[in-house]
Amino acid sequence: MNNQALKKEILRMSGTDPMKCMACGKCTATCPAFDEMEYHPHQFVSMIKNANIAPLIRSESVYKCLTCFACAERCPRGVEPAKLIEAVRLVAIRPQGKNRMTAGDIAEKLDDDMPQQAIVAAFRKYTK
Amino acid sequence: MQRIGVFVCWCGSNIAGTVDVRAVAEALSREPGVVFSCDYQYMCSKTGQDMIKDAVREHKLTGIVVCSCSPRMHEQTFRKTAAAAGLNPYMVEIANIREQCSWVHKDMIVGTEKAIILGRAAVAKVNLNSPLTPGESPVTKRALVIGGGIAGIQTALDIADAGFKVDIVEKKPTIGGKMAQLDKTFPTLDCAACILTPKMVDAAQHENIRIFSYSEVEEVRGFVGNFDVKIKKKARYVNEDICTGCGACVDKCPMKKVPNEFNLGMDMRRAIYIPFAQAVPKVATIDPSACNMLKNGKCGVCQKVCTAGAIDYTQKDEYIDEKYGAIVVATGYDPISLEKFDEYAYNQSKDVITSLEFERLTNAAGPTAGKLLRPSDGRHPEKIVFVQCVGSRCASCAEKGKEYCSKICCMYTAKHAMLTRDKYPDTEVYVFYIDVRTPGKSFDEFYRRAVEEYGVKYIKGTVGKVVPEGDKLLVQAADLLTNTQMHIDADLVVLAAAIEPDKSARSLATMLTASMDTNDFFTEAHPKLRPVESPTAGVFLSGACQGPKDIPETVSQAGAAASKVIGLLAKDKLIGNPCVASSNELMCNGCSSCERVCPYGAITYENKEFRMPDRTVKVRRVARVNPAVCQGCGCCTVTCPSGAMDLRGFENSQIMAEVDAICK
Repeated sequence: MNNQALKKEILRMSGTDPMKCMACGKCTATCPAFDEMEYHPHQFVSMIKNANIAPLIRSESVYKCLTCFACAERCPRGVEPAKLIEAVRLVAIRPQGKNRMTAGDIAEKLDDDMPQQAIVAAFRKYTK
Repeated sequence: MQRIGVFVCWCGSNIAGTVDVRAVAEALSREPGVVFSCDYQYMCSKTGQDMIKDAVREHKLTGIVVCSCSPRMHEQTFRKTAAAAGLNPYMVEIANIREQCSWVHKDMIVGTEKAIILGRAAVAKVNLNSPLTPGESPVTKRALVIGGGIAGIQTALDIADAGFKVDIVEKKPTIGGKMAQLDKTFPTLDCAACILTPKMVDAAQHENIRIFSYSEVEEVRGFVGNFDVKIKKKARYVNEDICTGCGACVDKCPMKKVPNEFNLGMDMRRAIYIPFAQAVPKVATIDPSACNMLKNGKCGVCQKVCTAGAIDYTQKDEYIDEKYGAIVVATGYDPISLEKFDEYAYNQSKDVITSLEFERLTNAAGPTAGKLLRPSDGRHPEKIVFVQCVGSRCASCAEKGKEYCSKICCMYTAKHAMLTRDKYPDTEVYVFYIDVRTPGKSFDEFYRRAVEEYGVKYIKGTVGKVVPEGDKLLVQAADLLTNTQMHIDADLVVLAAAIEPDKSARSLATMLTASMDTNDFFTEAHPKLRPVESPTAGVFLSGACQGPKDIPETVSQAGAAASKVIGLLAKDKLIGNPCVASSNELMCNGCSSCERVCPYGAITYENKEFRMPDRTVKVRRVARVNPAVCQGCGCCTVTCPSGAMDLRGFENSQIMAEVDAICK
């Protein structure tokens, strides 16, 4: 798929409208995974708006997003960047034909401090 | 039978370019009642108008149809022409063959056909027209200004200076409004009190102004030129005429723990209080929710210490009925509640404050005597973070914020940041902005001074969250220009809260039958050309009740509203619009449908005696329209199930005749 088709698909899947963004940056200001991410929430919004999708799909940022939805909750314009990131992740994973993570990968990634919910969420996020 | 003259205008080539005007005049000459028809290049010119006058006299015309531009453009012109020729002005009909015909068609044949049809409809209507005479009503030469902030004060002063009586109704114990709470005013940084309090005193001393403080409007009846208003003067338990404002009662009142609303609850006042030193009227007021004497009859200290004998615990609310010719709404604004902004910890930390609270903290008459100290521990803050657009431009959740820009925050934040750096150069000041909006005289220069001369750190981005930790506030924010996330350990966070209309505005709008927008701002009659008039005749708008405004803009609008009021009060009589509704009592079944839909409150019901054919008398409930209040909107005529309600000049029979003529 080309960038325009990807944009269309992402907008359809996320159900949000990046045109509403007023570039306040509250999403990025809120993001707890900021340091881990190469592209930050406001960049996702802006790049999707401009149909510059390919770099996002290649980036690890889509997997670093914690899906905490803080950005979606606090966005004053109702753009909900987390939904856009989620959609980018899906358009990245689905064509690969395989999951990002298998059940076998989990054991080595476990960490005592990790909440149960995060493991479940991760599994949901990283499978097609 | 009418004798109708038809006058077809070319409007240069505007009409004649797409409509065969000769053919229109010729076709319409054959319509019933038409005795004369002609065409001319510019009917609205003096020559064109003279043609009409001559034709009226020569052909003894009883009605006129002008096929020309929109009636909005020249209906008045041609009505005046008719009147000059001795014809009733309401015997003139305009067929709009420009905006609704020549301008929207390209084809001459189609355009001509449509112009003929439009003309034919107008002729059919004139055949049923009857002369109308507008009613007259007197004007009470006194104005009411609701709200005693800078908007209300300025409006009242301007009206009073023109020689008319004005009453100001203010719900707080003193006039002054929000401006009295401000420290300095942008962009010139003059002290708010220094420029406002002389105006407050002027208003109090003006022979044409009466101030009803601690009062509210209870009821409004009547119509333009003739409003009957009931004002509730709340009991302040102090005789206003005797109290000298010495403050002895305030000093001795033992009830010391009442949050002081003038300082936004940042310090305490007594149960008997004078809001601030320059209050007008400078008299004490007892807060009945805090006073022990009023609550349980124990105390009475203020009465004992009052040498003037002004304290009166038995005082009751008082009602004043007064007549007014015009009403000005100047109810102002309030900052929104920040309860729903948990991310900014407004409810969790005393050191997260609103900009209005910041004004009080820097004001010499404020709770810290003008020293910028943290509300929590009274320490001087070393790092201050200002957050803009808190609740403004917020489209995601109507409960949380407002979709509009509050307009004043960019400028007052620049002012706060600049003044902080000026007074305390060791303070680090950050301002987080989405856009800096500075459209106003010397506004952008002011903001740039804050950055360039005072070293305020403006950062493009927003604060995501504020977390109180120890005696610090951890601020996490985005710097979009460097694409980084910032972590600032601030001592004070100032939130530029969105502003909204005063809570009383909606109920007041209902009383006045004045319209509001979805945000409860009063709607102006025309957004560009009638910005200070409400669509309801005789009701005018001043200040932030109409939309967010700064002081310079409020004062200009206040003056504009005053000039409109003066224009109204200067008239001895108001000429009404004769195209108003009237009810056929014999057909009215008294169902009240029309009363319910009337947006102006013009319809009332009365029981009326009718003589029946068998000579008995029957009492029936019938609708009655007050022609002075009716604006001729026609809602009632389409609502009436029995066809009793009709609009003069636009009667059902006339409209149907037009439709018939079009469909012929």
